[in-house]
Amino acid sequence: MTDDVHGTPGEGRTTQRVTLSRAINLGLRAAMEKEPKVLVMGEDVGALGGVFRVTEGLAKDFGDDRVLDTPLAESGIVGTAVGLALRGYRPVCEMQFDGFVFPAFDQITTQLAKMTHRTRGAASMPVVVRIPFGGGIGAVEHHSESPETYFAHTTGLRVVSPSNPVDAYWMIQQAVESPDPVVFLEPKRHYWDKAELDTAATPYPLHRSRVVRPGTDVTVVAYGPTVPMALRAADVAAGEGRSLEVVDLRSLTPLDLGPVEESVRRTGRLVVAHEAPTFLGLGAEVAARVAETCFFSLEAPVLRVGGLAVPYPVSRLEEEYLPDADRLLDAVDRVLDT
Amino acid sequence: MTSSTHPASTGSSATPSTATVQMLTPDGERLDLDEGRRAELEQAVGAEALAHAAALTADDLLGMYRDMALARRVDTEATALQRQGELGLWASLLGQEAAQVGSARAAAPQDRLFPTYREHAVALVRGVDPAHVLSLFRGVDRGGWDAEATGVSPYTLVIGSQTLHATGYAMGVQRDGAVGTGDPARDTAVLAYFGDGASSQGDVHEAFVFAATYQAPVVFVCQNNQWAISVPAERQARVPIARRAAGFGFPGVRVDGNDVVACYAVVRAAADRARAGEGPTLVEAFTYRMGAHTTSDDPGRYRPSVEVEQWRDRDPLARLEAHLRRHHGVGDDAFAEVAREGDALAARLRRDVLGMREPGHGEMFEHAYAAPHAHVEADRRWYEEYVAGLEHGGAAADGEERA
Ligand SMILES: Cc1ncc(C[n+]2csc(CCOP(=O)(O)OP(=O)(O)O)c2C)c(N)n1
Repeated sequence: MTDDVHGTPGEGRTTQRVTLSRAINLGLRAAMEKEPKVLVMGEDVGALGGVFRVTEGLAKDFGDDRVLDTPLAESGIVGTAVGLALRGYRPVCEMQFDGFVFPAFDQITTQLAKMTHRTRGAASMPVVVRIPFGGGIGAVEHHSESPETYFAHTTGLRVVSPSNPVDAYWMIQQAVESPDPVVFLEPKRHYWDKAELDTAATPYPLHRSRVVRPGTDVTVVAYGPTVPMALRAADVAAGEGRSLEVVDLRSLTPLDLGPVEESVRRTGRLVVAHEAPTFLGLGAEVAARVAETCFFSLEAPVLRVGGLAVPYPVSRLEEEYLPDADRLLDAVDRVLDT
Repeated sequence: MTSSTHPASTGSSATPSTATVQMLTPDGERLDLDEGRRAELEQAVGAEALAHAAALTADDLLGMYRDMALARRVDTEATALQRQGELGLWASLLGQEAAQVGSARAAAPQDRLFPTYREHAVALVRGVDPAHVLSLFRGVDRGGWDAEATGVSPYTLVIGSQTLHATGYAMGVQRDGAVGTGDPARDTAVLAYFGDGASSQGDVHEAFVFAATYQAPVVFVCQNNQWAISVPAERQARVPIARRAAGFGFPGVRVDGNDVVACYAVVRAAADRARAGEGPTLVEAFTYRMGAHTTSDDPGRYRPSVEVEQWRDRDPLARLEAHLRRHHGVGDDAFAEVAREGDALAARLRRDVLGMREPGHGEMFEHAYAAPHAHVEADRRWYEEYVAGLEHGGAAADGEERA
């Protein structure tokens, strides 16, 4: 790989500079080393290392008994993962792109999500479904979707999304350890972002949101690919004398709105940003809940910034479709002008 | 790795129990049919297929050569355009020209074809302007050719989904009484293209079930190019894909996919069957993807180069060229003429691609629904106002300062 790995844990160094994709790779390695029941499965995850190279080298190091290059069949991948989990294994399934999770939608929503409930708790479903998601890479149709709401809407699933390499490293391990199925959304356009990772640090809890930039004027809620965007917007706003507090949700279900509410009580203003269309998106949920709990602190209506009510457009138009720092700042202007 | 047991590395002899229909040898010789071989082929594809092959004139064959050569030239140009940053992605058809041209030429004008994302030669044969195909890969529109006029549906990217659409379309054809009338201008077949990888999808199996149950007039054309990105064909199927058809209750035939005559003859016979109301057929064109999966793929990571070299010896164009030269007296001039035509097409294509209009942002709001929809209209209004606001003073935060 091309990222600089300054050292490997075990040689005494625990810190290295890694990309987000490398961080997931290291996280998967750690999980596989710790627990022999962890399996990696999906299309092209073996010799090729996945189309985004996230599973690079795993087949070589763990064997193709634990890293399964599966037939090209998403329903098959998730459906057999359900069976493997019933037999005590902990499969981590890779969907090649967000738009290709839908052949597996039935298995994820009707089977994986409900097996624990159906068996009165006798069967847990420690299955992770990894999905590279979101836009911004100039891809063709079905390669840039934001399917999070479909999954977050289904009780029985946990849905999380890291926004940086450090979270990615820890969150994938926590997802593998979860006794419940986790839909793990990887912001694909940030696969190559780098950060300093300390593998000896104490991980932050999987289902906690986090203030990633403190501020005083407006609370901005984001997750996955919109977090780096919100941080950029906060930089620009700072230059204009406006202080944005950015909260990274990290977990979409369960949703941890504690830090958001606390922040809104101080700022009185909230903007929620995601790439999925705003209609019935995560932002709608956040806005409704904050309206319930922080009604008397709010100085302005909660605004949502998101994708548009159109099918994900051709790549030459995706920058128009995707919310960017400008669109976020426009919403910030509007909540501040109220 | 798995390549040592891969059928491609040992040739079709690795699957002795499934006869592979071949009519031209890799050297360009017409296969002499002794009694035994003829009987075997008749058993596999019916006497009609052999008759179709025999009926091909030198002009027909040269026409096929021209289609394959133009498709290859388009492919080379598109690959170059992608490398130069003019296309976002390209899925090369190199090596699959015979399977595509042979099958597409077997279709009647009224037949409907359902491609995936690599059937550029099929599109070309049916009169789709290659610039329309490239517009999709440039990211300026979704393809945009006239499916009714060309009989070619839009490309699909979700693997296998179009096989069900093809089957449903064929069921519609049946309901319209456009099968089994004996009128060659009316009876209609449907061709569903998919890959060896796609053969694993539930949708494809469900398409087989529906097609068999309703005896729909559909020909399933599986281009087994040996690889689904990095996964070899035997990781999708333990028996030759053609043999799967038997379990669904319709015939399956494996044909040498680098032999355009055999592809034409077999698909023609299958389409004739479909049009006559005799139901579906699965044709597995045994071929090879010579290039990368797409321009984003690196086959060096998973595929031995010796395998590619072996398949180079079975090149579909070289085979037909040798045959035309040796047995039909076609000389240098004719081939040079095709090459000139290819260069002109490539030059025109390049101009068209470079001159393609960038889509206006308003276009993304078009056609999300057939009738007006309040959410779309609301977002369109909001976006128009937002853009107008930006033009009056706002500036990009990602890059420049805001005003
Ligand atoms: C449902 C679905 N899953 C995954 C993909 C990603 N993908 C695109 S092409 C491909 C391999 C297809 O192989 P095959 O069907 O043999 O066709 P070929 O590309 O070789 O022509 C994969 C896995 C997809 N497009 N759709």
